[in-house]
Amino acid sequence: MSFLTLTDVSKSYGSAPVVADMNLSVEKGEFVSLLGPSGCGKTTTLQMIAGFVEVTRGRITLDGLDITRARPNSRGLGIVFQSYALFPHMTVSGNVSFGLEMRRMTKTERRERLDAVLALVHLDHLAARYPRELSGGQRQRVALARALVIQPRVLLLDEPLSNLDAKLREEMQFELRQIQRKVGTTSIMVTHDQTEAMSISDRVVVMEAGRVTQIDDPQRLYEYPQTRFISTFVGKANLIRGRVRSAGPRARVDLGSMTVEVDAGGAAAGDEVFLSIRPEKLSFVPLGQGQLDGVVRERFFLGSQWLYHVTTAVGELIVACPNDGRAPLEEDCHSGVDWPSHLVRVLAAGTAGFDAQQSTPAAES
Amino acid sequence: MSTGAGRTLSAKATPYLLSGPALLVFSGLLLVPLLLTAVLSVNAFDDATGVKSGFTLTHYAAVLTDEYYLGIFWRTFSVSAITTLMCIAIGAPEAYVLSRMGSPWRSVFLLIVLAPLLVSVVVRAFGWSMLLSPEGLVNQCLQWVGLGPVRILYTERAVIIALTHVMLPFMVIPVWTSLQKLDPDGENAALSLGASPFTVLRRVVLPQVLPGILSGSLIVFGLSASAFATPGLLGGRRLKMVATVVYDEYLHELNWPLGAAIALTLLLANLVVMLTYNRVIERAYRKSLG
Repeated sequence: MSFLTLTDVSKSYGSAPVVADMNLSVEKGEFVSLLGPSGCGKTTTLQMIAGFVEVTRGRITLDGLDITRARPNSRGLGIVFQSYALFPHMTVSGNVSFGLEMRRMTKTERRERLDAVLALVHLDHLAARYPRELSGGQRQRVALARALVIQPRVLLLDEPLSNLDAKLREEMQFELRQIQRKVGTTSIMVTHDQTEAMSISDRVVVMEAGRVTQIDDPQRLYEYPQTRFISTFVGKANLIRGRVRSAGPRARVDLGSMTVEVDAGGAAAGDEVFLSIRPEKLSFVPLGQGQLDGVVRERFFLGSQWLYHVTTAVGELIVACPNDGRAPLEEDCHSGVDWPSHLVRVLAAGTAGFDAQQSTPAAES
Repeated sequence: MSTGAGRTLSAKATPYLLSGPALLVFSGLLLVPLLLTAVLSVNAFDDATGVKSGFTLTHYAAVLTDEYYLGIFWRTFSVSAITTLMCIAIGAPEAYVLSRMGSPWRSVFLLIVLAPLLVSVVVRAFGWSMLLSPEGLVNQCLQWVGLGPVRILYTERAVIIALTHVMLPFMVIPVWTSLQKLDPDGENAALSLGASPFTVLRRVVLPQVLPGILSGSLIVFGLSASAFATPGLLGGRRLKMVATVVYDEYLHELNWPLGAAIALTLLLANLVVMLTYNRVIERAYRKSLG
C-alpha cells in the first residue's frame, strides 16, 4: 500500500464541486506536483490533506492510518504556505524551533535540530533576525526550515516559489529539489507553473476543473499529453485539426489539404482528432523535401533558441530551432517543414479535459 | 531672481497657511482655555470676595496633601484601571470572535458592538441606573437565583459596569484593526506544527494584536479617568470621581481656582500614567513588533 493515498476524495461547497473523486497514491520519498490553472482545486486538495478543509466525501490515509477526520495539529505534516506565514513577532530561530517546542523537546535537542536545519537551508548566520529583516528568498528558506525541522511525514508546499522573482525562483527550484532529495521527505507541491512542476517532481498530477486528467512522470506527461488542454498547458504545442481516414497501428489522418501517417494512439476511422506536435520536434528542410511547405511570417530570438511562426496549408505552425550558430531563416522566406511522424500525438477532438473545462463553471480553489 | 525668491518664500509658507485654520481653531478652543485654567489655578480665592489676582500654590498644596482629594484621585485611577482591564478581558476576545465570523453576521455584530456610540452617554447612564437599582432587572434576577439583593447603584461597581459598556468600542476597534493585519495562514502554520488552538492564540495571535490592545487601553484609560456623566449619574452624590469634584468646585463651592488646580492635576497625572504605560510596553515589545 502506498504511503499517502487519496480515495475518491471530493469537496463541494453547497452544490458546487471544487474537487471531484480525486484518486492519488504517493510513495514514500516521492515528490509529486499538483499542476493546474487557478481554480482547478489543487490548493483545496492540499488543504484537505493538511486538514484545514473538511473532506466532503472520500478517504485519506497516511502510512496505513485513516486521517480523513484527524485534526491538523495531530497529522504531523510540514507545510510551506504561499505567503510563508512566518510568525512576524519571532526571530528566525524562534520560528523554526516553534514546532520543536510544541513537541516538548529538551533545549539541547532543539538546539541541535535547529542548527542542522538552518545549515541545510543556508540560514545559520541569520538566526537572530526577524522575518521583516529578511529578503523574499530568505523568508522562503525560513518557511521551509520551519516545516522540515519537525521531520514531517509529508511536506506540503503551496505555490512555494510564486512570490519570488524569476531568477531566484529558478535557483530555488533546484535547491528545493536538492534539499528534498537529501532529507528524503515525501513531498506534495501545488503549482500553476508547468516548468516548475516538471523540473523538480517525480510525478505530476494535472488537474482541470476539480478533476485529475493525467498522472505521469514529467517526461511522459510532456511527450504523451492525454488531452488537448494538457498539450498546450504543459509546454507549447501545434494543434492541427483532422479526421482519421483509416485506423490500425498506423493511422492515416486527413488534414484537409493533405494526408499524413501517424502512430494511431487508439483513434478509430472517422474520428475527429487533433494532431499535437511540439515546436522543437519540427525542423526546416529545403523546399519540397518535408511534410509540407510554408512561409516564415515572424521570428523571435530567445537566446538559446529561435522561435518561428510559419504559415502553412494546415494553418500557423510554431517551429523552435536551437541557436546552434547556424544563420537563422529570414522573415518571408519559403521553406519546407518536416517532422518525424512517430513524434506526432493523436488527441480526440472532444477530449474529456476540454469538455469539462467548457461546461463546468470555474470553481475557485 | 525675485520670482525665484518669491516662490521659495511662498513654498515655505504654504504648510503654515494650509494648517493655519486648524491651528487657529485648536489654539482658540483648547490652548487658550487651558492656559486660562492654568492661570486661574494659581490665583488666590477668598470665600467672601471670590477670585483674587496674585500668585499662590495653596490650591495645589491642598489637592496634593488633603486625604479627601487624594482618595478621589486614587478611586478615579483604580476605577479607570479596572475598567481598562474589563475592556481588555471582554473586548479583545470579542474582536477576535468578530474577525472569525462569516460575512452577514460579522457586520451585524460589529454594528451591535458600536451601537453604544450612537446613544448619548446620559441616556445610557440612566438606562444602567434603572437596571442596577435595588428593584431593577439585575437585582430581580439575582434574587431569583438566590444571590440578591445586592447594592450596586451608587457604588464603584455600577460606575465600572457602565464605563466598561461605554468604553468597549474603543477597545474593540483598535484590536479589530490589528487583527485585520494578521496572516490567516499564520494560525494554520502553528496548528500544522502541532500547537493546540489555545497555544495558537497565546503564542501567535495575542503577541501580534498586542499593539491594538495597548492603544485601546490608552484610549479607554484616558477617557475613563476624565469621564464625567457616567460617574456623576451612577456614582451618586457621595461617590465622587475627579471630574465630578471639579464640577462641584466650580458650580457649588464656586471655588474656581481650586477646581482648576484639580483639573490640571488630573490632566498631568493622566499624562504621566499613560506615557509610563506606553513606554514600558513599547520597550518590552519594540524589538519584536517593529
